[in-house]
Amino acid sequence: MSAQGTDGDTDAGAALPKTPRDYLPLLLPVALALAALPFVPSTSTWVTLTIAGLAMGMMIFVMASGLTLIFGLMDVLNFGHGAFIAIGAYMATLVLIPLAAWMQADSVWLNLAAVVPAVLFAMAVTGALGLAFERIVIMPVYGQHLKQILITMGGMIVAEQMLYAFFGPQQIPLPLPTSLRGSFQFGEAAIEKYRVVCVLVGLAVFLAMLAILNRSKIGLLIRAGVENTEMVEALGYRITRLFVGVFMAGSALAGLGGVMWALYREQVNAAMGGELLVLVFIVVIIGGLGSVTGCFIGALLVALATNYAGFLVPKLALVTDILLMVAVLLWRPRGLYPVTSR
Amino acid sequence: MSELLTLSGVETHIGRYHILHGVELGVPEGQTTMLLGRNGAGKTTTLRTIMGLWRASGGEIRFGGERIDALSTPAIARAGIGYVPETMAVFSDLTVKENLVLAAREGEMDQTRLDWIFGFFPPLRKFWLSRAGTLSGGQKQMLSFARSLIEPRRLLLIDEPTKGLAPAIIGALIDCLKEVKRRGATILLVEQNFRVAQAIGDTVGVMDNGRVVHAGTMAELVADEAMQQRLLGLSLDTHQ
Repeated sequence: MSAQGTDGDTDAGAALPKTPRDYLPLLLPVALALAALPFVPSTSTWVTLTIAGLAMGMMIFVMASGLTLIFGLMDVLNFGHGAFIAIGAYMATLVLIPLAAWMQADSVWLNLAAVVPAVLFAMAVTGALGLAFERIVIMPVYGQHLKQILITMGGMIVAEQMLYAFFGPQQIPLPLPTSLRGSFQFGEAAIEKYRVVCVLVGLAVFLAMLAILNRSKIGLLIRAGVENTEMVEALGYRITRLFVGVFMAGSALAGLGGVMWALYREQVNAAMGGELLVLVFIVVIIGGLGSVTGCFIGALLVALATNYAGFLVPKLALVTDILLMVAVLLWRPRGLYPVTSR
Repeated sequence: MSELLTLSGVETHIGRYHILHGVELGVPEGQTTMLLGRNGAGKTTTLRTIMGLWRASGGEIRFGGERIDALSTPAIARAGIGYVPETMAVFSDLTVKENLVLAAREGEMDQTRLDWIFGFFPPLRKFWLSRAGTLSGGQKQMLSFARSLIEPRRLLLIDEPTKGLAPAIIGALIDCLKEVKRRGATILLVEQNFRVAQAIGDTVGVMDNGRVVHAGTMAELVADEAMQQRLLGLSLDTHQ
């Protein structure tokens, strides 16, 4: 007889005590948004800033979610993660520039016919490069943090220079498809269509990751492996295969984030990976190493705080993310939802 | 009785330290073999070397007649060896149920077997949906045991299961081990508590300085107080 199907399979079933959940960090983005409301001159401006912050947060989350799993599961400090962000964006240009006519057409379907293959191509290439990067660059330095920092940082510099060599030093313009241009108007608040799409894509990635981590055996293995790789192996599972899979998925997500960011900025440059990497690491640290939910909240907090500060105290916006990280670590020294004991 | 597990001249180095110096040990099939010895004698290293968590740098390890010292840890586990580490190593972010789902490698958990485990360890049923990190030390040990028992294994390697536990929990563990053995499993158990060792051990290996310095039956060791003093620095009377 099976005992695996539902939570109520055992005799005591649903009456059994569950662990109380820690909901406090989940309220932080809401609290931050409400705290900013009295300082913003009008509600419509606040709505616009908040949606912009949520969209930026979702993009950062997509880029950072892979890194937090890679760090949590494999104990790898991958400073090369930024390279996959930039490579993803450049790979998208390889598809989108030849299909520029479809991008500029008034048809949603033609726009999608250009964007979807570009995203899939970017994710496939960054995923495949992630596989090669893990096997060639990371594998020899498992368990050696200093060497990991040096070699992955070196890998990112090499990747950045190769992008310059192949694509040239100039910025490549990447205009949004026609159907994603413009805004929705809610009263006096203008909400850019593309930002809404970013929020939806980020939410979809987050929910998919939660579903995989909590509802599948692969997810259980990842969560267990984040905590104790040795014991997962002692139970008979080949953790190295899981490492490779997670690294590929993390790299592919970085590629997806790179495409989203490039379309948001409507341009691509080789330095974008390095610039975003700092932000991505801050989000991972705020969230707690290895935690997808923590990473999600951390990304929203960083993006909302940056947007509000950029509007209210522009000079403060330069250090908002650092100040936020300091505040969170003073409150919870291991991040919002720490998973690993590292 | 034939040996299910045989260690011949096993050497283990950890970094630049030479820990095991030619361990010779046989674990008879269907019996409980106790691995005794002072702290630092090499007992935990022996179990970890068998599991492949630390590589043997010399000698050979045979399980069911097949060499396993070159296999990876997952392959060794899949050969039919369960491992309960000294640290218990439950996955604290996972619930009790999820810990056991993961341990049921072959598929879904068998409800009959689960009920059998709950019979020994009722708190696991009570805290089925609780995160393992919230359990007490004794409950974590129960979960660690349950994880190794959720599917039949030919050999169980158990490292100091009674350390720091209340007598009632130790009693439950002893009952469980006796039942597991009765069902045909072979057990190699590292234990510091000689009373526990005496209660469940059939054969014994005593380690010192990375070697097995005595191997024989538990009955011999229990009957010979001078041997206990010489090998373990104790007598049974002082450990009542």
